[in-house]
Amino acid sequence: MTPAEILNSLFPLGHDVTTHGNLSFGMGAMGTLSVHVIGAGGGGAIGVDEALQLAAHVLTLANSGDGRPILLLVDTSSQRMSRRDEMLGLNEYLAHLAKSLLLAEAHGHRTIGLLYGGSAAGAFIATALACGTLVALPGAHPEVMDLPSMARVTKLSIEVLKEKAKATPVFAPGLDNLAQTGAIAETWDPDAPLSDKLAALLARPRNGDDRATLGKVRGGRPKAAIIANEVATLAQARG
Amino acid sequence: MSNTQKSWYEAGARERVAALVDRDSFVEFVGPERREISPHLAVFDLPVQFDDGIVVGAAAIDGTNVLVAAQEGRFMGGAFGEVHGAKLTGLLQAAKAMKRDVVIAFDTGGVRLQEANAGELAIAEIIRAIVQARMAGVRVVGLIGGRAGCYGGGGLIAGCCSTLIVSEQGRISVSGPEVIETNKGVEEFDSRDRAFVWRTMGGKQRMLIGGADAFVDDDVLAFRNAAIVALARPAVLDAKTLAAEQRRLQRRIARFGEAADATDIWAILGIDDPDSVPDMPVDRFIALAAEHRESADDAR
Amino acid sequence: MEKLSFDLAAPNAPTGTRPMALVGVVASGNLEILLERGGAPGRCTIEVNTAAHGFRPLWEAVTADFVARRAAGGLRIAINDGGARPDTVSLRLAQGVRSIEEPEA
Repeated sequence: MTPAEILNSLFPLGHDVTTHGNLSFGMGAMGTLSVHVIGAGGGGAIGVDEALQLAAHVLTLANSGDGRPILLLVDTSSQRMSRRDEMLGLNEYLAHLAKSLLLAEAHGHRTIGLLYGGSAAGAFIATALACGTLVALPGAHPEVMDLPSMARVTKLSIEVLKEKAKATPVFAPGLDNLAQTGAIAETWDPDAPLSDKLAALLARPRNGDDRATLGKVRGGRPKAAIIANEVATLAQARG
Repeated sequence: MSNTQKSWYEAGARERVAALVDRDSFVEFVGPERREISPHLAVFDLPVQFDDGIVVGAAAIDGTNVLVAAQEGRFMGGAFGEVHGAKLTGLLQAAKAMKRDVVIAFDTGGVRLQEANAGELAIAEIIRAIVQARMAGVRVVGLIGGRAGCYGGGGLIAGCCSTLIVSEQGRISVSGPEVIETNKGVEEFDSRDRAFVWRTMGGKQRMLIGGADAFVDDDVLAFRNAAIVALARPAVLDAKTLAAEQRRLQRRIARFGEAADATDIWAILGIDDPDSVPDMPVDRFIALAAEHRESADDAR
Repeated sequence: MEKLSFDLAAPNAPTGTRPMALVGVVASGNLEILLERGGAPGRCTIEVNTAAHGFRPLWEAVTADFVARRAAGGLRIAINDGGARPDTVSLRLAQGVRSIEEPEA
């Protein structure tokens, strides 16, 4: 689905989302409810400039007091890989974008990421993974690192990596793998109206970060939830 | 006052914890005797470590109760795996519930590739836990000065801390030098030019540009003393903080966005002899930074 | 990974009261050793987890030498090996016993 098709399927009653470069902003109508829409698309990299632009918009919404959900449409590559961006402190800019999304959530705006294309590494963390709920369309291809690069760094061949990836969802790129580890709450069937899916999602309350539990239930992360809970319990018991 | 220095850079995670905390005050959670190892490394025929490369627990620092974490940079490059990350996530969740401050000694290359998806998710969960704890008034103090630096997702986590303390040896970045060079070419980033790497992402550059809040000597006592100071700073993360942060990061691009090299940034900051910065001894650099640096005191 | 197990006679127990000690780190050429009291008196069990296959004779020699020289009675020892040389292994085992013998505060 193209971004335009996605928006029309999400908001059959209309939307006013406009795109400038790779970033989009606007609102979508859903009956009595309307939704803020932000897009980080075009498969573009997220550098200091993009992160700052996105954060500015998120903060405006966070301070709006309108309590409307924020839908973040994601099709990015990774963080921008450049001397300029790192010299300028890219880690702070990406952290700031994540903080802004978390502030918006704390101010009563549910944040929903809809991954329809790619997203990798630092961009993935600061956008899609910083939302309270992350859903995906079947064509999405999230990754931490592409397999050829992983092969270079681990000094294992791509064939060996692909073979190992058959036995575990814990390292290789791909929607199914990220879903099994608990990152993706739902994958939406693009043949049905996305508006129904979004409405159903918004109608369900959200209780804290359940991704580790999801990862355990789905088998992708057998230990994370248990270990985190144990450390938290021990710390609080000690007082 | 002792005049024997103990290097933070050379110290392991457990030595750093011992140096940071008040004597005999540290209690470890899910320590090595629990043998909570990575379930994923065997697939790659890689050895495990019983604490999965991170020490977490409770302690007192200068009489104040805190939660403490220290990454072991020598195991798998201090990288975040499923168990490693979960130990820190749980600690931060407790910090919020208890309104207890946290001190984190980072030493990480980022996400552990053999468990990439679990590591990436751990980073996201940790960021969420830090920010939520901070919004509840908790201080999260980061210490960076180890062998692995603070790279990748670790760099993003560092960017969420309330105070960052760095030494010359510390590096903070998202992409590593080799990755930038492989993807964009040696003209864009020569990963073997150590001086360039340090100018771009090293402790001194971070201190001057406002990417870190305190600069210390490579000495465990200096890190401890800086942590004590950091634990007394105001603890706030709200709309006002992020508005200030937005302005600060905007101003940084306006001031330095066209700079070709960090030495150009340092010149813009008003430093007379920017080329002398890398070799400048610690005390002189701290004084220089106090006079010229960009600060993040009302932001971050 | 190769797992090796040894159960050796070790007549002398280490002094002190610490229940456990940990030495070393799992890095290239290094290893971590976890020592715990409470094993069968007069015996020392050593479990090794290593990615370097086929070195059983070396481990046999190092562990035999260890229980002959050091007070290892009643200790359960677990090793995660990052490819350490035998002399490094011996060193860490000795460090481990010294560490577990350290007086508690």
